[in-house]
Amino acid sequence: MKNTYDLIIIGGGPAGLAAGIQAKKAGVENLIILERDHELGGILNQCIHNGFGLHTFKEELTGPEYAQRYIDQAKELSIPYKLNTMVLDISMEGREKVVTVMNREDGLVFLHAKAVILAMGCRERPRGALNIPGYRPAGIYTAGTAQRLVNMEGYMPGREVVILGSGDIGLIMARRMTLEGAKVKVVAELMPYSGGLQRNIVQCLEDFQIPLKLSHTVVDIQGRERVSGVTLAEVDENRKPIPGTEEFYSCDTLLLSCGLIPENELSSKLGAQLSPVTSGPVVNESLETGVEGVFACGNVLHVHDLVDFVSEEAGRAGIHAAEYIRNWNKDQENKEREQVIQIQTEGGIRYSVPHMIRPNHMEDTVTLRFRVGQVFKDVYVSVYRGEERILHKKKKKLAPGEMEQLVLKKTDLTSAEGFDKIVMKVEEA
Amino acid sequence: MTETRELICINCPLGCGLTVTIKDGEVEKVQGNTCPKGEAYGKKEVTNPTRIVTSTVRVTGGALPVVSVKTASDIPKEKIMDCARVLKEIEVQAPVSIGDVVLEDVCGTGVPMIATKNVPAV
Repeated sequence: MKNTYDLIIIGGGPAGLAAGIQAKKAGVENLIILERDHELGGILNQCIHNGFGLHTFKEELTGPEYAQRYIDQAKELSIPYKLNTMVLDISMEGREKVVTVMNREDGLVFLHAKAVILAMGCRERPRGALNIPGYRPAGIYTAGTAQRLVNMEGYMPGREVVILGSGDIGLIMARRMTLEGAKVKVVAELMPYSGGLQRNIVQCLEDFQIPLKLSHTVVDIQGRERVSGVTLAEVDENRKPIPGTEEFYSCDTLLLSCGLIPENELSSKLGAQLSPVTSGPVVNESLETGVEGVFACGNVLHVHDLVDFVSEEAGRAGIHAAEYIRNWNKDQENKEREQVIQIQTEGGIRYSVPHMIRPNHMEDTVTLRFRVGQVFKDVYVSVYRGEERILHKKKKKLAPGEMEQLVLKKTDLTSAEGFDKIVMKVEEA
Repeated sequence: MTETRELICINCPLGCGLTVTIKDGEVEKVQGNTCPKGEAYGKKEVTNPTRIVTSTVRVTGGALPVVSVKTASDIPKEKIMDCARVLKEIEVQAPVSIGDVVLEDVCGTGVPMIATKNVPAV
């Protein structure tokens, strides 16, 4: 294994692959993708259902098929990668990044790079983070763990299943466990709306007559050695269980689909500022974190619903990293004086990525990806620069479970001279 | 006799709400769709609903013990569980490549089941 690179990409899933492909196409020759699993493709390898690639390939692929298209491209471009390789740390040595890496062949090695792309993806919120009372018997899995066991390792985690959380993975696993012969008794969702896509409620729950109980949560788990049942209760508008609404479900398995959190241990140790809303790094228009030359893309930046958008975003990160590497030897601009426009979100919008724009570095357009905090119908998403509205776009429906985007043109910002922020908000029609 | 059915299109993540009007057993119109796929889905869903089925089958001698598979095209919805049961009996020998047929005809539908992942032999 070489020790010096122009670009090191951490993670060989959809984000890392797309970033590597675009960086290489943009002229970066000396690069490597580091992947901790035994194959490339990341989480897509266990997402065997279809529905991937509608935007990118105009056809409906399964996860492994979508991944393979990018793996093939990466191999055609001879992009080097290292499997079974874990990144333990990233630190700075002047402007250079030092990536501490461990694997069985090379042992512990220190790799040096001009630029790093963070593409580590996200993790599921585990039981410990959910405050569910009750014993800690076997039979409680996150939905994604169960998905890997069933779809890649050939194990069946249980026979009678209750699912807490109606995120897409939970819905997909309700169908998957049913097809493998399990009885999925109910899916309980704390919120008054599902966190998953409508299409998944139709084809994963309704097709199999699996009930979805909104505004319900698990208030007790029974069983000493193995789960023997769970108790659900309805919750009020403050998400507190309503006494007297408890209902017992006998089951041997509880699957948790209660949200995903970007995996940013490496980023925060490096000193990259994280957003409290997304749990991902704060980035500028080039998807560069607060640490110069360190870029982020995909689910480590913010959790996406569609891999197509991950690939697109990661490709941009690859291109921007290539640009950074090209300019490595140029005089450093006076960053102190550089204009930075913060993107402030309010009125129902929870966050936007990127978080800020440097007009001097902006391409002709920049895609702002965002999520809302509640369901809206027939509203406008607007962008204001001071009192002036510079963008006003009608949206038929906005939902927390669905990431939205706005394309901001460079020309929209031309008169932004002197402004240090723009404001994005939802407005009634 | 005219009846209407409210559906959610499953073609893409937009999930358009569809209203299908059925007159004397024939689909009269589909409303609410934002693309031609939505109209086709609305018509099919009330007359002959179909789904693509994705699952896994056992592999021997491969890097993984199972390989993911899908029906090459959509099959009638009522055949989904039959399809799942048939797949339990199938075992394929590694190596397996994307597109390999693991079952010629899924439950008399004429649709083959194909592999969706490469599993190298070990």
